[in-house]
Amino acid sequence: MKLALGPLLYLWKRAEIGEFYRQIASTPVDIVYLGETVCAKRRPLSGADWAGIADLLAAAGKQVVLSTLALVEAKSDLAAIRRITRNNRYPVEANDMAAVQMRLESTPFVAGPHLNIYNCRALGVIRRAGAMRWVAPIELTAGALDGILESRPEGLEVEVFAYGRMPLAFSARCFTARAHHHPKDHCETVCDQYADGLLISAQDGAPFLVLNGVQVQSARICSLLLDLDTLRDLSVDVLRLSPQARHMPEIIRIFRDAIDGVITGDAAHKTLLRYAPADLCNGYFRGSAGMEQCV
Amino acid sequence: MGHGTPHGQWRVTKLELVCPAGSLPALRAAIENGADAVYVGFRDGTNARHFPGLNLDPEEMREGIRLAHDVNAKLFVALNTNPIPGTWERATRHLHIAADLGADAVIIADLGLLDYAAEHLPGLRRHLSVQASATNPEAIAFYARMFGVRRIILPRVLSASQVKDIVENSPVEIEVFGFGSLCVMVEGRCALSSYVTGASPNVSGVCSPACAVRWEETKNGRNARLNGVLIDVYGPGESAGYPTLCKGRFRAAEEIYYAIEEPTCLNVLDLLPQLSLAGVTAVKVEGRQRGPAYVAHVTRVLRSAIDACTANPATYCPDRRWISALDALAEGRQHTLGALDREWQ
Repeated sequence: MKLALGPLLYLWKRAEIGEFYRQIASTPVDIVYLGETVCAKRRPLSGADWAGIADLLAAAGKQVVLSTLALVEAKSDLAAIRRITRNNRYPVEANDMAAVQMRLESTPFVAGPHLNIYNCRALGVIRRAGAMRWVAPIELTAGALDGILESRPEGLEVEVFAYGRMPLAFSARCFTARAHHHPKDHCETVCDQYADGLLISAQDGAPFLVLNGVQVQSARICSLLLDLDTLRDLSVDVLRLSPQARHMPEIIRIFRDAIDGVITGDAAHKTLLRYAPADLCNGYFRGSAGMEQCV
Repeated sequence: MGHGTPHGQWRVTKLELVCPAGSLPALRAAIENGADAVYVGFRDGTNARHFPGLNLDPEEMREGIRLAHDVNAKLFVALNTNPIPGTWERATRHLHIAADLGADAVIIADLGLLDYAAEHLPGLRRHLSVQASATNPEAIAFYARMFGVRRIILPRVLSASQVKDIVENSPVEIEVFGFGSLCVMVEGRCALSSYVTGASPNVSGVCSPACAVRWEETKNGRNARLNGVLIDVYGPGESAGYPTLCKGRFRAAEEIYYAIEEPTCLNVLDLLPQLSLAGVTAVKVEGRQRGPAYVAHVTRVLRSAIDACTANPATYCPDRRWISALDALAEGRQHTLGALDREWQ
């Protein structure tokens, strides 16, 4: 199984992003998704900056994929996606049908986790449209994945979200701006104050969700380290690890060692607890509520 | 009708009123009060309002179609969840039943089901459910081109000017939500409910299901929990709403507030002329989970408003009695334009 680093879901400073990917270049990750998927108003890096990072990672032997926005409304959003889909160098991750439509009859693309592929026939459609890899929706159970892959299209790679705070929802409303009493049109990109998102808790203090601009994430961290055998049985090709502000190289190493059998899944899970910034969960994959941790 | 009125050009874009029915009595209420079309679902998880005791079995649907067609109203069948391998055959079976019964259109979100319908039932009109999250002209072009979709129902995340832009660029009809409970998230892109309860709109056709709700009386008031998660706390005397998980009060930093959205209701009466002028085809009322009395009231008000807007769009102004009648029925007893108004965003 290969390891992929998912797109950075938060707004970090330009220098932090550069430093982060310089570190990633020397980690045992095989694929790196780059670019903004959450909010078009975030522009910490220019196109040239991203290209520089992409080239650095490609030179380090990583497969680079350029990710695109999940909620596409404005003409400027479409223009941004069109620019990315027209790059001749790197494959593109489509997170909205707009990107699929632009990519049709062009070069292969990655069908991102927000495209809602839940059955064999839908997977066939997206394969015919040119998908080379499919990232399963986060809420898909192992059982449903098994059923879908019974008629897996020839040559299609399958990727599963295996580590990180899960992107659960998108809205037109910016929840981080709302928390600061700013209207979205004058948000002052306050989301840059929260390197791992803004935690909200229930009134009894239990951590509940994380606000990340127009995106809502799980407060708990998904980890499928206890499910590696099942993932292998399903012939999943790629595990996606979602970036967090600290310890990402260590987390990548833990997953690599667990996949390679250097350490057991149980031992890896225990080590991971040191580096995960919140409780872990794997409920979706086990067919339970997403927030639950099943052993 | 239509004999050279001074506003003849407006007749072209007279808004179609599409109303919800979760039962035959609700369906009767909708058509008796002026719905141009009614949308219904089968009594299972094939549609996004899979609530206990709600929706129609095939015999009721046959009767519903007859009742609607008797008064020249249309009947649309929502098959708008995403079937997984275990529920795929049920979804396609229902699709054939809807076609055999003579439904005027099916409302579908799933790529696979759209593909199946286009191949096996090409004569059955296909509308793209709001659950398919088509929020821009390119996505709409994709669905129109791949599956011959004839109408797109827009997610409730677009500003009024974005809706106008989309209609101008759309090769197919556009339907927008006009009244009802407000989804804050992009429909079809929200897994909050399954994160907490295991059941989501996409797969199970439910959000914050009643079976996961638990009320606790405490000395400080009432707690509303969803699968154990404390969604809201109501003080003594404070009226408690249904604990839809995105409409609870949570703590961020030091503040306890409606971090995502307060209980409120979408109401676009103020914007009817703009929607009509933009070329929107249909206005939809949310609420198949509501009873016949609710459907009757809302349909009657929307009918009056659309007729007034059509008769004289330039001077149209929502009657205050309409607004107060609707607010009395509204979630949280208040209304909003939602994302149509950029300030809300």
